[in-house]
This record gives sequence, C-alpha cells and structure tokens, in this order.
Amino acid sequence: MQYKLTTPVTREDLAPLKTGDTVLLSGVVYTARDAAHKRMMELLDAGKDLPFPVEGSALYYVGPTPERPGEVIGSAGPTTSGRMDAYSPRLLDLGQAVMIGKGARNAAVKEAVARNGAVYLAALGGAGALMASSVRKLEIICWEDLGCEAVRRLEVADMPLTVILDPHGGDLYESGPATYLERGAT
Amino acid sequence: MRTIAAAEITTAVARLCVRANTVLPEDVDRALEWAYFTEPWPLAQETLDLLRQNQFQAWNQKLPICQDTGMACVFVELGQEVHIEGNFEEAIHEGVRQGYGEGFLRKSIVADPLRRINTEDNTPASITVRIVPGDRCALTVAPKGFGSENMSRLAMLKPADGVEGVKNFVVETVRLAGPNPCPPVVLGVGIGGSFDKVAALAKHALLRPLDEPNPDPFYESLEDELLEEINALGIGPQGFGGKTTCLGLAIETAPTHVAGLPVAVNVSCHVTRRATEVL
Repeated sequence: MQYKLTTPVTREDLAPLKTGDTVLLSGVVYTARDAAHKRMMELLDAGKDLPFPVEGSALYYVGPTPERPGEVIGSAGPTTSGRMDAYSPRLLDLGQAVMIGKGARNAAVKEAVARNGAVYLAALGGAGALMASSVRKLEIICWEDLGCEAVRRLEVADMPLTVILDPHGGDLYESGPATYLERGAT
Repeated sequence: MRTIAAAEITTAVARLCVRANTVLPEDVDRALEWAYFTEPWPLAQETLDLLRQNQFQAWNQKLPICQDTGMACVFVELGQEVHIEGNFEEAIHEGVRQGYGEGFLRKSIVADPLRRINTEDNTPASITVRIVPGDRCALTVAPKGFGSENMSRLAMLKPADGVEGVKNFVVETVRLAGPNPCPPVVLGVGIGGSFDKVAALAKHALLRPLDEPNPDPFYESLEDELLEEINALGIGPQGFGGKTTCLGLAIETAPTHVAGLPVAVNVSCHVTRRATEVL
C-alpha cells in the first residue's frame, strides 16, 4: 500500500501503516544526526525545550552536501540510523512520531516505536540526489557550528519512503529478506 | 628524471575529487545494470531501478551521487624517476581542500577522533603511496563513505581455519552488516600479511574494477564462490530482501607468518567511487 502523510502526524495517521508499505511524506521534517541528538539530550537534561515542536514531528537523519548558489539543498540521502538508537526512545516518548534514515535499529527503539505508535521509515541509502528532489525549502534553525550536522527545517513534498518499523511490531529488515528467501529465491 | 610541479598534483586531485563524487565508475554502473536485469524479486528490482535513477539525477543536477562524499582516500603510484617540485603531501591535501570546496562536497572529517572538531575542508586526505618503476605519477581518488566503512571487520584467524574459515568470516561480515552499509555492497577482501597490512590489502582491493577477475585462478574461483554465498543471504538492495546483496568483490593477498591467517573485509556500498589520472 502507498500512503500520503503530512506532518505533524497523529498516532491515528500512522496506525494503518505496515512494514513494506510506501509513504509519500509532505510537510516539515527536521534534520538531526548524532551530534545534534547529543545536544538535544543535554537540553532535556537541563529541563529546557527542544529546538522544534516535538509532538507528531518527523526527524530525518541526514547531513546534506552544501547547496550550490540558487539551489535549495545539495545531495541528501539518509545516514545510518543505528547511531541514534541511544537517543531515539526518549524522543519518541516525548512525542516524536516519525524517524527517517536507513539501517537496523535496536530492541529499545523497536519497543519505543510500538509503545508510542510511531514509525521508522527508510529513505534510499546512497541515493542522495534522488532524495534531494523532494525538498522544497531549507532553513538552519540551530547549531550552525555543527556544519552538515546542524539542525535544518526542511519543507518536503511527496518524499518517497518505505516503512521499516511499523506500530505493530513489524520490521522489514527481518521480514523482507525472509519473504524473499521463502518465495523468491531461485 | 622528470619533474612534476606540486601544483599540477593539486589541480589533478581537485578534479578527481569532484569527478569521483558525481560520476560512478563504468564497471560499477555496469554491475548495477546487470543486477537490475538479473534480479528476480520485483521489490528488489524496483529498488535497483531507483538507485540507477539517482545516478542520472546526480548527473543532471550536478549533485554528488551520495551525500556522504567521504574521506578522501588518495592512492599514488609514483614513478621512481619522478622529482616532485614542492611539497608532495601538502599538494594532495590542497587538492582535496579545493575539490571539496569548489565542488560543493560535504566536509566530513574531524581533526581528532575523540574531540571531534570538523576541519571544515575535508582534509587531511588519507594518502597511500607506492613507489613504482618509470616516470609517471598515477593519482586515484577513492572517496569512502563511513556507513559502509563502519561495517568492515578484521580477524586474526588460525592457519587451521583455512579457506572455510576465511569464507565464513567474509559471509558473516555481510550478514552482520545487513541493511546498514547501503547494499548492494562491494567488498575488498585482504588475506595474509600482518595486522596492519591485511587492512591495507582490503582497502586497496576496492580499487580493482568489478569486471576484472583475480589474476590467480585459485582466488578467482574463491571470489566467485563468495559472491554466490553472499547473494544467497537474501538481504537484497537496501536490505529490503532480494538476490542482489553484493555487486562484486576483490581479494588481495600477501605472504604471511607460519602462525597466522589474517583476514580483513572492507565493506563498500553501491556508490563505490574512484577516479584516476596519470601525470
């Protein structure tokens, strides 16, 4: 199935999603990698607010290449999400609803996804030029000193994504290869 | 004796950084095309199609193929008859600085592994020099992304582990990596040498074109067997499931100690980049 979603999303929006479905995501998506996540944790530890409204938000694990003059963004494919595993459950419990990246997540993240009715979506790893084409607007909102790791507010239109972890405990990285080996392998 | 000005090396390296990051080597492109036509699983074939569309998009938009434009690994085959006028290593770093700056490539290098301050110009390059006969200077820039680099592994096996031990280690490396290194992967495999040497062999093996078989028939068939076993894992493009888990792999070997069997696997992705110029 293919779903069209616009951020911020609700638990009800995400409930029908199943592992292997595709999503065309529109609206606002915030970028954050390891360094930005670490600073977000420091803010939370100090009792301060996050630099963006967290309820129903989508975070894209990406560090784009610099944009050429007149262009919105450079190449912008996903980075390996596992490096964010230490931080994601806390953000999901606070209301973050969508994680976008590539690669496997640990058990704690999977539990937090199920507990909060959230999702983990894959962008195409290594396809930075293709992923960039759905970005309409870019603005650095904080931590500019982090360079490509600064938090950016992206406005995206129909960003093509694949459901990896759904709110019901599904994981495409397990079921996808298993289904192929069962039915497709020659 | 032939003199090459350091400035000439700088401009060549700068050009190569940009070219390597925007145009996939022909052999990797052909391997992706072949995988697309031979992939039996529909979802996997669609995914491979998107990866090929991405290359086209990159070319069209003058964008890097992947946003991780990597650590600039520079391999130099320097003729022993060549005299470099100027600072050789600084010339390479300057080429990286210019190429990554003018080419709008991402600056991904931190100056210190624990204090992690970005150098802002993607220097220093990781330079490997080999002195060879002749009066040429061959420069290869192979930008290496770390999504795949992080999935690489090294083991000091026992001689008794033999060929089976090596095969198990290589296949297990790909299985453990799963979807993380952006499959379909390309593998550089080093066997033999010492702890440091075997990693260098694996890295260097990634420079061999995928359609060029190992010159030693024994290792050529080992490469074929490994490819077949890896592509039976079912991981598939992006880890969504499918046949195409590995586009190709190259083995490099070196003499080793009677007591050892070092093996290293340098994992690379479907955007395995390299570009060469000979001065």
